[in-house]
This record gives sequence, C-alpha cells and structure tokens, in this order.
Amino acid sequence: MLLAGGQGSRLGVLTAKVAKPAVAFGGKYRIIDFPLSNCINSGVDTVGVLTQYQPLRLNTHIGIGIPWDLDKNIGGARILPPYEKSTSSEWYTGTANAIYQNLDYMETYNPDYVLILSGDHIYKMDYEVMLDYHKEHKADVTIAAMPVPMEEASRFGIVVTDDKGQIEAFEEKPANPRSNLASMGIYIFSWPVLKEALVKLSSQPGCDFGKHIIPYCHEQGKRMFAYEYNGYWKDVGTLNSYWEANMELIDIIPEFNLYEEFWKIYTNNDILPPQYISSEAVIERSIIGDGCEIYGEIHNCVIGSGVTIGKGSVIRDSIIMKDTVIGEGCVMDKAIIAESVEVGSNVTMGIGSELPNKFRPDIYNSGLVTVGENSVIPSGVQIGKNTAISGVTVKADYRDGLMESGETLIKAGERL
Amino acid sequence: MRAVGIILAGGNSNKMRELTYKRATAAMPVAGSYRCIDFALSNMSNSHVQKVAVLTQYNSRSLHEHLNSSKWWDFGRKQGGLYVFTPTITMDNGYWYRGTADAIYQNLDWLKRCHEPYVIIASGDAVYKLDYNKVLEYHIAKKADITVVCKELEPGADASRFGTIKMNESMRVEEFEEKPMIANYNTISTGIYIIRRRQLIDLIEHSAEEERFDFVTDILIRYKNLKKIYGYKIQDYWNSISTVDAYYQTNMDFLRPEVRNYFFKQHPDIYSKVTDLPPAKYNPGAVVKNSLIASGCIINGTVENSVLFKKVFVGNNCVIKNSIILNDVYLGDNTYIENCIVESRDTIRANTRHVGENGVKVVVEKNERYAL
Repeated sequence: MLLAGGQGSRLGVLTAKVAKPAVAFGGKYRIIDFPLSNCINSGVDTVGVLTQYQPLRLNTHIGIGIPWDLDKNIGGARILPPYEKSTSSEWYTGTANAIYQNLDYMETYNPDYVLILSGDHIYKMDYEVMLDYHKEHKADVTIAAMPVPMEEASRFGIVVTDDKGQIEAFEEKPANPRSNLASMGIYIFSWPVLKEALVKLSSQPGCDFGKHIIPYCHEQGKRMFAYEYNGYWKDVGTLNSYWEANMELIDIIPEFNLYEEFWKIYTNNDILPPQYISSEAVIERSIIGDGCEIYGEIHNCVIGSGVTIGKGSVIRDSIIMKDTVIGEGCVMDKAIIAESVEVGSNVTMGIGSELPNKFRPDIYNSGLVTVGENSVIPSGVQIGKNTAISGVTVKADYRDGLMESGETLIKAGERL
Repeated sequence: MRAVGIILAGGNSNKMRELTYKRATAAMPVAGSYRCIDFALSNMSNSHVQKVAVLTQYNSRSLHEHLNSSKWWDFGRKQGGLYVFTPTITMDNGYWYRGTADAIYQNLDWLKRCHEPYVIIASGDAVYKLDYNKVLEYHIAKKADITVVCKELEPGADASRFGTIKMNESMRVEEFEEKPMIANYNTISTGIYIIRRRQLIDLIEHSAEEERFDFVTDILIRYKNLKKIYGYKIQDYWNSISTVDAYYQTNMDFLRPEVRNYFFKQHPDIYSKVTDLPPAKYNPGAVVKNSLIASGCIINGTVENSVLFKKVFVGNNCVIKNSIILNDVYLGDNTYIENCIVESRDTIRANTRHVGENGVKVVVEKNERYAL
C-alpha cells in the first residue's frame, strides 16, 4: 500500500497543483517512480496507490501501471482514491485511516503480509529482504529504520531496540534520543495484526501509523522488529533537500546511481527524440533529458525532457523540469523551474543578497528561486533569491523590472 | 481505416556492408532513438491502419526483438494488431521468401482472411512521414489499380539504386525501370504501394502460378500497360537508408533544424520501443557541439557534428567528429573517431584511432568490455 496522497506543502509552489509523489526528479523521473520500481524489482506485484491531494498528474503517470510491468491479470497497480460510502463519507484523515478505508481492497487478495510505503522518498530497497527478515523473526510488525547522526536524531521518530533488533520503545522527535535508528516510514505488517489494529482504532480521528497504530501494537505486546537499512535514502520534503538530492545525481560517480543495470528505475517514458546540443552550447556537469534543445550554457544542472534553452543563456546549479522553454540571454543561478514554464529572454534569476522570504520564510529559505508549473515570466526582468513565482506574470508585476530577494509573486487564475 | 498494412522488412542490402552482419536493414538504428522500421510503423499507426503485417527474413533476430511488443506503436488492440511473419516450412512449401511477391504469397491466407478492401505495402528501410489516407483518397479518386508513391530526386542525384518512373500528365505510369544502369528519369518509386486487396490476391496468385516472385518486375512492370498504375508524388522528406552513405547522410540530416523540426516537433509523432534509460550525463571535460545525444549516454570527451545513440560511453579526452556511434558503444580514453560509423555494442580500447579517409568507415571492434 503506497501512500501518495500528501501535498508536500514544504515544496511550496512546486506542489501547488500536483501531489508531492508526482513531482519530477532527476531529469525524467517522478518521486513515486522510486517506491514503485522498488516494488516490482522486489517482486511485490500487487500495489494499491492511495491518492487524495491533486491526483490528476499522478493518475496520468501511473495509469494501469504499464511502465512498471504492474498491468497484471491478477494484482497489479490500482489507484485508490477516497470514495463516498453509505455511512461516514470522509477524506483520508490520516495515513492509517487511508489504509483502513481500503480494507476491502486488501481483503480481495487475502494477503499474508502488507507492506506500507510512502511515495515521497528517493531510495533503492529490496522489500523482499525486509520481508524475509520479518518472517525469520516471526515478527508481527517490522519497521525499516536507518542510522542517522546522533545530533540529528531528535528530528526523527526514533526506535530503541535490543541487541536482537526487537523494538523496546518509540520516541517521537526526542530531545535526548536513546538511539540513532530513525524510522523510514516503511512498515511490514502481518495481515491479521494490521487488520485488528485498524478496526480497533477506526474511530480515532486522523488515525496515523506513527502516532497511533505503531504505539497501539506496541502496547498490545506485539512482536515488533526494526530492520536496519544502510543504503541511500533521501527525504525530499523540503526545497533544499529536493535541490540537494537532484544535485547529487550529477556527481561523477553519484552515490545514488541511476546508470546501474541492476535495480533499474522505471518511469512513464514519453517516446521522445534524442536531445540536440547546438554549436554554441556549453555543457558541464549536468544531466539532460530526451528531446531537449540546448543552445545556451549549462553548468551543474538537472534538466528534464523536452526543455529548450535559448542562445546565450547561462544556467547554473538549477533544476529545470519537463517542457519548459527558456529564452535567450537569460542568467539563472540556483533556480527550480517546474514543468511547462515559459521564461522570456534576458531574464536574470538569483541576484542580490539572501533576504528571508516575507511570505513563507519556513519554506523558501535556501537561496533558491522557485517557479511553479505553467508559469510565465516576461522578458527582461530580474529576480532575487528566496523568491517564489507562480502563475502568468507580466512586466507590470515587477516594479522597475525587479523582484527583490524574499518576495513572493503568486497570481491566481488559469493560463489562457 | 479501410486498409491493412504490409511492411516488407526481410531484405538485405550488400551496400550496407558490415552493418548488415548483425541485423536487417529495417532494424538499423536511426536518428539516435529510433529504428528504421519505426517510421513505417508509426505512419501506419498514425494513419489509423489497425492491422499490420511485417514480413521478415534476412537476419531478423534483432528486428523481432524490437517488435517484441506491439504496444509501442499502439497496435495492441482487440481489433487488428501487429503480425510478424517469417518464412515457415509448410506441407506445400519449403522455400524461403523468393521475392517480395512470394513473401506475400506465402502469407496469402492472412490477407484473404482480412476484410479491409485495400492494402498498403510499404518497405521498412525508409525514413519519412506520410499519411497513407491521403494516398488512398488519391488512389480512389484516380480509379487506379495500383498507386505507387514516388518522389522526384534532386537533379544530379543518383537514381540508379531505385526504380525510376516516367508518368504522363495524368500521373499514369508509362515507364518503370528497376535499378537502371543509366537512369533516364529522376522520379523514383519509394516502394510504397496501395492496391485493392482482391486485386492484389489475384495478381499474386497469378504470379505464383507462373513462378514469378518479385513484386516490382513481375507485377508492376509486367502489368504496367494492362493495369492502371498511377504515381502519387510526395514533396516532404523521404530517404532510403539502404547504402552506407545514404544511412550516414540520413542520420546527419537530423542535425539540420528543418529536418529535426519536421520529424520531432511537428504532428504526428514517430513512436519507438521505450527503453528505461536515465538522462544523458555530461561530466567535467565534456564538450559537445552540434550533435544529437540519446538517453543513457555518459560523456567525458569532445563530440562534434555527430549522432550518439543510446547508452554510449565516451571516455576522457576522446574526440568524436562527424561520426555516428550506435547504441551501447564504449569508447575508451583518448580515442579519436572521425567520419566513422561505429557498430553497436562495440568496445573501443583506449588510445584507438579510426578515421574514414575516403568516405565513411564502418568500425566493428569486438573487444571484451570488462577485464575479468
């Protein structure tokens, strides 16, 4: 069961119109491709994907699961949105509540084990090994956990285990952590245990795995084990971590290597021509998707499919998603430009000093320029740091053609 | 759609030299991400032809691998589908396809079972976009028995590897010469025909009785005064890749913006089998000028005026100029490649130099990629 209904509000304008699992990552992928590919690579071929927030892009992307070979006669991928019931129609109010509302879906397959995943992490993991661990320890619940630096442990949900891996205690964001094993939000339940807990806690408002189900199972004295994972795992929940995780992909030999034959990551590929690099182009330390046309200079960038970058433009340390068009003579530093954005010519992004964002200093705080999807930026404007832009903007929206650092420009309405 | 499609993809071309050792011409990779047959197949799909047979024979493994699923071209439907026919031994036939007409004859049962009134015959070794519906409308308007799609070559171009055609003012074919020693006309047949299905079955059965096996000489040329054969001229890009030079030129044409826009940006799209490869990666030291780079490539050296197919690795200080590097090639450090076509899955050792001095050189190097 793959939880993909979250907004991911800390990604700011990037998730204004798409759920976080559908946000583009690493040029041609979307975040949900990683857990979905892990599923099929681990032999998990029955996957319910729970959607709620802005599901259009996600539904289009997953379809019937063809890219992941999840279009199966028995099982396969199934999108599970909230639905109306004869009693108590409600949205998914929490992670466990979402699973509870789909008990019928799970019942039809009569599973022995249920794997709970979330659709917003970047990692490669063999769930079958975790399941073997679960069986070997005759566990009722197994929680994947990874060691984090002790000083950061107080930001996570921490599990305290004995030397055999059995969980003794949970600490949610503890001030003085007793362990550095952080829960990754990946759980394996033996089906009867999960079902019993979900039914028992069904009236719990906002029923959540971390807050309610796991503590409940612990209280009931279930056998709970921590499965230690030591590979690459990235939460891309904030703009800064999202930007960093993308930038790590362009290292000469990245820690998270997409070029390995083993454990391929699948995605809904558009059938696209190769990219064209013109005679004037300069490209250094970047990854570039299919179908791009590059006439400008690119340094340290992650560029999605079908992007056009005009002559004389210089882009540095930026992420540019699918089908965006950037005009001529632009200069961009540390920008995240979402899908299908139109940027005019001679636009400058990422100038000036780093002032805190006036609107949401908690989101736009890492010096980035963030532009939401389908936005339009007129020619000749200058844009500072820690800024966010969304919607069709015109020259008049920029006083003297300048948007100072820390400003936010969000225009409502549809692009005509 | 009122027609079924037949794509002739069984042929071999000696003029492709070493490149055909591994595959049929129709399976040749083209323009970075495609194979030649994708163009004919996409045209079929985009013209809403739902039932397409691909006739294969020569070196067909790689082609069959490419056609392992019909879904890429949207043929995986309950109505119609993609059929791949290779010669088989039957009770009354033990021959390979002895010619294009024989290839159709050996699959005549399939053609008889179809119910569509027309047949579009295309060849798998040309790069073009064409709405076959327009040709079919023309065919019906002209009350033709057979319509041949033809193209006028540039003055001075060598037409002798094609079938040349002379038409009268009403576009009826008067002369048809197959691969003439000296070409008298510069209008050539593209190997795309439309014919009524019943008519085709009659002609093919008749030819088979007379032990005649070639569609062009034994049907088109033999019947040209008896049947109404009309030409349909196309103006847009069309190129056959059946020689090394033509293959090289066709790929290089995609570096021109007008050709690229025509195929890549204008409706309809060309479809191909999807491979799950990561985006192309440019490491420090990469210098790329005027080139097409497909997905999965990793570039550490210099690439100029070249086409790199999928998953090519270019080592440090490599220089590649005016060349075509087919898919999954590994180029070791300090390699110099100019004016070459490097065969797919080759491993070129470090410090190698290949230069096509008089024309294009085909490089085939079978080295171990991994030192064990």
